[in-house]
Amino acid sequence: MSSPPGALEQELERLRAQNAQLQAELDAVRGVQAGAAPPVAAAAAAQEEPPAGAANGAACCRPVAAARDWDGLQHGLDKDQIARYSRQIILHSFGVQAQARLCRGSVLIVGAGGLGSPAALYLAAAGVGRVGIVDRDTVELSNIHRQVIHKEATVGMHKALSAAEACRALNSSIQVETHLEALTPANAVQLVRQYDVVVDASDNAPTRYLISDACCAAGRSLVSGAAIGTDGQLTVYCHGEDGPCYRCLFPEAPAAGNCARCVDAGVLGVVPGVIGTLQALEAVKLLSGVGDPLSRRLLVVDCAAGRFHSVKLRARSPNCVACGAAPSITTASLPSYDYAAFTGQAAANDAAPQPLQLIPREERITPAELQRRLASQPTAVLLDVRPAEQFNICHLPGAVHTPFKHFDRYVEAIQERLAAAAAGAAAAGQAAAPPAAEQQQQQDQQDQQNGSADGLQPQPPLYVVCRRGNDSQRAVARLRQLGISHAVDVVGGVEAWAREVDPSFPLY
Amino acid sequence: MEVRVLFFARSRELAGASEATLSLQPGSTTAALMPHLLEQFPQLSELGTSFVLSLNQEYLAPGEAQPLKAGDEVAVIPPISGG
Ligand SMILES: [Zn+2]
Repeated sequence: MSSPPGALEQELERLRAQNAQLQAELDAVRGVQAGAAPPVAAAAAAQEEPPAGAANGAACCRPVAAARDWDGLQHGLDKDQIARYSRQIILHSFGVQAQARLCRGSVLIVGAGGLGSPAALYLAAAGVGRVGIVDRDTVELSNIHRQVIHKEATVGMHKALSAAEACRALNSSIQVETHLEALTPANAVQLVRQYDVVVDASDNAPTRYLISDACCAAGRSLVSGAAIGTDGQLTVYCHGEDGPCYRCLFPEAPAAGNCARCVDAGVLGVVPGVIGTLQALEAVKLLSGVGDPLSRRLLVVDCAAGRFHSVKLRARSPNCVACGAAPSITTASLPSYDYAAFTGQAAANDAAPQPLQLIPREERITPAELQRRLASQPTAVLLDVRPAEQFNICHLPGAVHTPFKHFDRYVEAIQERLAAAAAGAAAAGQAAAPPAAEQQQQQDQQDQQNGSADGLQPQPPLYVVCRRGNDSQRAVARLRQLGISHAVDVVGGVEAWAREVDPSFPLY
Repeated sequence: MEVRVLFFARSRELAGASEATLSLQPGSTTAALMPHLLEQFPQLSELGTSFVLSLNQEYLAPGEAQPLKAGDEVAVIPPISGG
């Protein structure tokens, strides 16, 4: 992505945008059609036998309505559907009526990422009549290791459109709807109401609370899955008479520091694959009425240990603000609820955190300036405060690894390093005192305009770099607290270095 | 008496282990769990109040005092939000 796009790429980009536009228009038309028919409530769909004539409703999305009333059986499936779903239709515990309910059912999948990928594919394959996909992001190369619904060829495309394309390729007989806007308090309830079951495949805490609240308000069962690192969680919320909601279980939002995101903490690709697949299973169970939904049970998975731990949950809390006896979060109040304030974090998806401005801009340097100074300052010390996993991918030549997580442990080593560099410079100065060294000293003194040296022997220049320029500022601030006040941080971190200085530096 | 504690997700990272053994006075209740856990793993205080505790695979409400017996299994389950 760092090289300027060639004519071919530009053309490809133009065609993708055009395609996305056409797809959105098509989906808008389809959405109007779908909206005309009121959705069947999940519980009703699961428990009632299909009423006579339901077959027509089931076939509404299909161009060829070849269903016949086979000797009064009234399941409404046509020959193609029976052939396609035969292996689960002949399953003793499933059967033709369960398949018919699935074909009449609808699911809203919020998030076409690591969880949404297998969920959408399996639900489309299983024959869910109408699958809605919400995502506002576009596909990036770093998504594909886990977001297996997307392809190299759809990098840069809207995730919802890329996912819909894959679902249609798998099963052209179902209806796939795309929603290219983020789920917001303003649109959530109205969107959730259009579907029988909701799958939470989102990737952040504010969206998780929003989806749960919207499902409480709209009376929809919610299949909630989450994955990070090698950990996963799965449960069904807001189900039946007494199923709890997300807030019943976690009334207080976790501190932002405990909400690791895939972009920062990493995730083993298969882990959301496991959880997203189980979400599809739960959605199939809810729509078909087969099996026991994972309501009032929380499945906690430690994939590294190979441990599946199931915890029995309580019934919904009467005091819950969303699903209790006197909820304060309702269809009326939800649109004005401030989820960012409640969770202390924005609903940013797999994206970079906001740039921090902890150190005044004039006391920071650009990567280009860092390059210039490192070339002219042989005694300079460069600290890299990224975690080991990232430092070991690639780092700047000569960078000293002092991870921010345990930064204080490294302070002594930093001081020793500075002393050694200073001694080396002094020795070099005594030995030859070349003009370059004088220049160096002048430069060093310039660098110490904020320094603590107070006329003492100039310290070797000290630079701090991280991934994007936030932790490096925190490290510089910490160094100042500890009396090392001449440290300078690099704006934008190694990502900016890769963009502005060395395009061969790998991004991750 | 000893009870087994399983750590999931963030609590495992903070504790630095996926499980641990907690030694408690005989007759202790679940009310004694958190104080002892925090004593043994002070880093767990970072979780704040946003986590679920379970006893023998059943949800344990905050502040609840159920009798514990040797060999019981407790799990610390903070929410995860990634996807
Ligand atoms: Zn609730």
